[in-house]
Amino acid sequence: MSISIHSIHKTFGTYKALEDISLEVPNGSLTALLGPSGSGKTTLLRIVAGLESADPGPGRILFHGENVVDIPAGKRQVGFVFQHYALFRHMTVADNISFGLTVLPRNQRPSRNEINDRVAELISLVKLDGLHQRRPHELSGGQRQRVALARALAIRPKVLLLDEPFGALDAQVRKDLRRWLRLFHDEIGLTTLFVTHDQEEALELADQVVVMRNARIEQVGPPQKIYDHPRTPFVYEFLGNVNKLVTPDGVTRYVRPHEIEVKFAAELDLQTDRLAEVQHLFSAGPVASLSVRADDGQFIEVEISRKQLEEMALSVGDKVALGLPATS
Amino acid sequence: MSHSEVTTESRAVRVLLITAAGGVVTLFLLLPLMAVFIEALRKGWEVFFEALRDEAALSAVKLTLTAAAISVPMNTLFGVAAAWAVTKFRFKGRALLISLIDLPFAVSPVIAGLVWVLLFGSQGWFGEWLEKYDLKIIFALPGIVIATAFVTFPFVARELIPLMESQGSDQEEAAVTLGAGGWKIFWRVTVPNIKWGLLYGILLCNARAMGEFGAVSVVSGHIRGETNTLPLHVEVLYNEYQFSAAFACATLLALLALVTLGIKSAIEHFTGHVANGH
Repeated sequence: MSISIHSIHKTFGTYKALEDISLEVPNGSLTALLGPSGSGKTTLLRIVAGLESADPGPGRILFHGENVVDIPAGKRQVGFVFQHYALFRHMTVADNISFGLTVLPRNQRPSRNEINDRVAELISLVKLDGLHQRRPHELSGGQRQRVALARALAIRPKVLLLDEPFGALDAQVRKDLRRWLRLFHDEIGLTTLFVTHDQEEALELADQVVVMRNARIEQVGPPQKIYDHPRTPFVYEFLGNVNKLVTPDGVTRYVRPHEIEVKFAAELDLQTDRLAEVQHLFSAGPVASLSVRADDGQFIEVEISRKQLEEMALSVGDKVALGLPATS
Repeated sequence: MSHSEVTTESRAVRVLLITAAGGVVTLFLLLPLMAVFIEALRKGWEVFFEALRDEAALSAVKLTLTAAAISVPMNTLFGVAAAWAVTKFRFKGRALLISLIDLPFAVSPVIAGLVWVLLFGSQGWFGEWLEKYDLKIIFALPGIVIATAFVTFPFVARELIPLMESQGSDQEEAAVTLGAGGWKIFWRVTVPNIKWGLLYGILLCNARAMGEFGAVSVVSGHIRGETNTLPLHVEVLYNEYQFSAAFACATLLALLALVTLGIKSAIEHFTGHVANGH
C-alpha cells in the first residue's frame, strides 16, 4: 500500500518541525527518512502513524488513495516500531506479540487458538523460536527489536514504520540486523518507512532515500542517484566523506575521496592536475586513505586501492599529482 | 587475599562509628517504641485489654477505620488520575497542578483543619446554608473525612509522578498504534507498570490517614465516643492521667506503623529483585 504525503506542516509552539512536506512512498518500497537530529524526520513518521497530528490546513496523508488524516492512530493499521522498542515489560514475548489481537473488540477478535497460531507463525518469522515465555529484560537488544517488529506485524498493518530501528544496538548487531531486515522486507513486501540519521544505513538498506534538513526535504531518490548527484552542498556533505575544494577562480567544488586520481608527480598535467604532498597515510582497511596538502595549502582526503599504494610505494612527504574529475 | 573494603579507617574508628549510629537509632527510634509497649503493659494485661475494650476506644478505632476507608480510596483515585494527567499529557497549567498537589504537604495540618472550620463551621461561609438544611460537617464524620483526605492527598500522586515520568509514554503509544482504547491501555499497560509504586503510595497514605492528628483535632470537636479518632482518643486519655490506657491505645498506632514498615520492606525486597533483572 502506497503512502502519499501532501503539504504537511507541523509547529510546536513557535518551533517549525515540518514545513510543507510532500512525499510519495511507492507500494512495497523500503524508504529511508535520513537527516541529522532536529531535521523533522521522526515528527513526520509520527504524523504518518497518527501519534502526532499535523497542523490544520489542506495537508493530506493518503494510504493507497484514502485520506487518513482524520483517522485516529489506533484505527490506521500501521505497524510502528519504536526506537527503544517500547515492549510491555510485564508481559512475555508471546503476550507482547498478541497484544494487538487481544485488544480487538470481541466480535472482531480471533479465537484463542487462532491468536496462538498467529503468534507462533510470527515468532518463527522473526527467528525467535523457543523464546515465547521470556520477558523483555531477558532478551538481547536485537531480540527485543525483533519482538517489537513481530508485535507490529501481528495486526496485519497496511504500512510499517520504524523509528531509528538500529539506533540502540551495537555496531556488529546493527550490521547483521540491517541485512536481515532488507531480506525480511523483500520477503513480506510491506511498504516500509524508516527513520535514520546514519547515511550508510540509509544507502545500504533503502530503495528510496529522503534527505531531510531543517524541517524540509532536501532531496528524494534512489541511493545511488542521491550519492552520485547530490542536489545541494548539504546532501553532498551529509552522504559521506567529501572534499570541499576552492578552485583558483574561486568556485567551490565537492569531490569524494575515491573520485580523485593519484599519480606520480612526474605525470603532472598542468591543465587539470594539482601538485600535492602526502601528509598522512592510513592503510589498515580495504582501501588506503591519504591525507595530502595541495600546493595552495588546502588539505584533501584521497582514497586509493591498497594495490595502487603498494605499486606506487608512497610514503609521507612524497609529492604526488592529483587528477580531479572533470566538472559535470 | 582481596578485600572489597572502600574505607581504610582503623578498627577502632569503625567500632566507634557503628556504636554511635546504633546509639542514635536506639535512643530516637527503638527506645520510644519500647516505651510505648512498656508503659501500656505497666499495670498488666488486664488493664491493657480493658483500655482497648472500652467503648470510647472502640468507637475511636471504628471512626479512624471509617475515615481511612473513605479517604484512602478517594485519594488513590485522585492520585492516579492526577499522576496520569500530569505525566502522560502536556497542557496549560500543568506546572500549577503539580504545585497544587503538593499544597497539603506545605500547609501546617492545623491550618488545613482551620480552613474547613472557616468554610463549613457555624460561623463559616457556608455555615448558615448548611444549618438551614440540617447538614453537619464540622464536629462530625464528614469534617473528619474531608480533613483527613486533604492532608493525605499528595501521597499517592507524589509516589506515582516520578515513576510514571521515568517510564515515559512509549508503551502507551505502542498500545495506541496496536489499536487499544484508553481504558484497555490504562488497565493492561499503565497499571501493571505502576502497581508497586501505587501500593506503596496507598500504604503511606493509609498510615498517615489513620495517624493524622492536627487537622482532625481542629474539625473533630473532641466529642468522646463520637468524633474522637484513635490519635485524639490517646490524647484525651493522656490528659486525664490515664497513662496506661493512653499507651495501650497508642500501641495500636505503633503496630500500624510496624505493619506498614513490614509491608514496605516486603515491596522493596520484591521490586528490588525485579529491578535487578533489568
